[in-house]
Amino acid sequence: MSVVSLPTVLRIAANVFKESVRDKVLYSIVLFAVLIISASLLLGQLTAGQEVKIIKDLGLSAISLFGHFIAIFIGIGLVSKEVERRSIYALLAKPMSRTELLLGKFFGLVATLAVNVAVMTAALVVVLAVYAWLTPADLRASWESSATDPAIVVVAGMILAELAVVTAIAILFSTFTSPVLAAAFTVGLVIAGQFGADLKNFEQVVESAPVAWMARGLYYVLPNLAPFDVKSQYVHAQSIPAGYVALTTGYAALYVAALLTLAALFFSRRDFK
Amino acid sequence: MSAIETHVLAKDYKVGFWRPRPYRALDGLTLSVEPGEVFGFLGPNGAGKTTTLKLLMQLVYPTSGTASILGRPLGDLEMKRRIGYLPENPYFYDYLTAEELLTYFAGLFGYKGQDRAKRVSRLLDEVGLDAERRLQLRKFSKGMIQRVGLAQTLINDPEVVFLDEPMSGLDPLGRRDVRALILRLRDAGRTVFFSSHILSDAETLCSRIAIVAKGKLMASGTLADLVTAQLKGWEIILDGLPQPPSAAHPGVRAVTTIAPGRYAVDALPAEDPLRLAQELAGASGRLVSITQVHDTLEDLFVRQVDQASGTDRFAAPAPAAAAGGTR
Repeated sequence: MSVVSLPTVLRIAANVFKESVRDKVLYSIVLFAVLIISASLLLGQLTAGQEVKIIKDLGLSAISLFGHFIAIFIGIGLVSKEVERRSIYALLAKPMSRTELLLGKFFGLVATLAVNVAVMTAALVVVLAVYAWLTPADLRASWESSATDPAIVVVAGMILAELAVVTAIAILFSTFTSPVLAAAFTVGLVIAGQFGADLKNFEQVVESAPVAWMARGLYYVLPNLAPFDVKSQYVHAQSIPAGYVALTTGYAALYVAALLTLAALFFSRRDFK
Repeated sequence: MSAIETHVLAKDYKVGFWRPRPYRALDGLTLSVEPGEVFGFLGPNGAGKTTTLKLLMQLVYPTSGTASILGRPLGDLEMKRRIGYLPENPYFYDYLTAEELLTYFAGLFGYKGQDRAKRVSRLLDEVGLDAERRLQLRKFSKGMIQRVGLAQTLINDPEVVFLDEPMSGLDPLGRRDVRALILRLRDAGRTVFFSSHILSDAETLCSRIAIVAKGKLMASGTLADLVTAQLKGWEIILDGLPQPPSAAHPGVRAVTTIAPGRYAVDALPAEDPLRLAQELAGASGRLVSITQVHDTLEDLFVRQVDQASGTDRFAAPAPAAAAGGTR
């Protein structure tokens, strides 16, 4: 594998970002997410005493869910669209390696996701601030945490780290299979990734040792996405230790690196017929 | 050092879903293109032209054989800085304007600031898209996309230019512009390797050509070598004959009446034309002229393609129709 040129990767990433910015579908998704976050303001009214928790929980879930939509459905198209439309032909004749192309695509989409998560989080913060402003001071005092708890930045960061892993999964599958299959595999892996802890402790559920080993093996191979979900700690005003955040982010970085290495390996030998 | 060199280059594709079997798209291509040449890579659809270009660009990998460009292996990044490539029926990001696309590609070569802006501007001007520079590519016609494609091919002042069917989708004016562009590149000492099935383009532009069919190299050389060296027959004009010469003569392919008493005889190349003329003229006739009839590029092309596919459009009598090319 040749040395990766950072300027080349950044130029490709900037182009992916530009494509996303000009994509009306993306705007629709973000707008819809912001609407749902705003709607949580109304839903919160139905649950006496738990309003802020509901708004935070619903809002962060919407950010995560729509982030996943973007990561999966744009992620699977990043490579396959280039191949299907043959724009990759002229591109790969330029002084760049296929690995640089993949890395550029990855970082471009992660940058897009970062902006989207930031926009949706900002919308949630505005909703929470409006709600706090409308609530009498004595009621506000009974809340477990402030409506505009800055820890939301950490939660958003963790969502983004998870989305980076999801993006890398989508890119990996799109390097060797069709968009439909890549979407199915990615969605399957993302769902499986939520049950990492169950796989780890599978021997407590089954008696068969081989099955337990297999489950343990899968636990190590499949992405473990559950640790990225720190919504409930935030909602219940529990602290999110910096060490935990660093460890989980480090895991995301390593897992992404492994996925992209594998993707580069598949992509480097692929024929574009 | 050759600008482009391939050695027994071959490519198999797998065809069939349940039991994939290899289909040979390119079969042992060996050729070299010298610096400064305009090289025409000719062949019918499905002959292996695009496969060859994709192999050279490393869009597909060879099953066997080797190739180099500017003395460097395929995929070498330094070599890629010195080449340009126009794919067949190109597609570019339709959300970008022509100016943005060229700016993006120029950036990939490391051009920045004013140099990049000037380069982009000059090229858009050169391909006749100056007025449309800020129009998104989704609004471009096929011919305009082809022009953008040519501009991006030249963004780095390449030493070697690869053009896959560059005239495709262009109107007559566009084709004339592309021809002029190729000639300008030739005059600037660039090497141009272009694939086409339009023979008139090759005749106008190329210093050397190669003909491929069914994945095989059927002939290569200068046009003069390939075309004029092939004697196709003799045209003998006779006058003053009371009746047409006999077309049943074994050395005669056809007889055409030009005017009463004046005939054109199409004779086989193996014949001694003078002896045949005297024989056909008899006592009353007069020999007006004997002219050599040579192959046209089209004749050569059709014959090579037929030979590759095992058919013979020029079935006997055409014994001297053997190919002069390399295999």
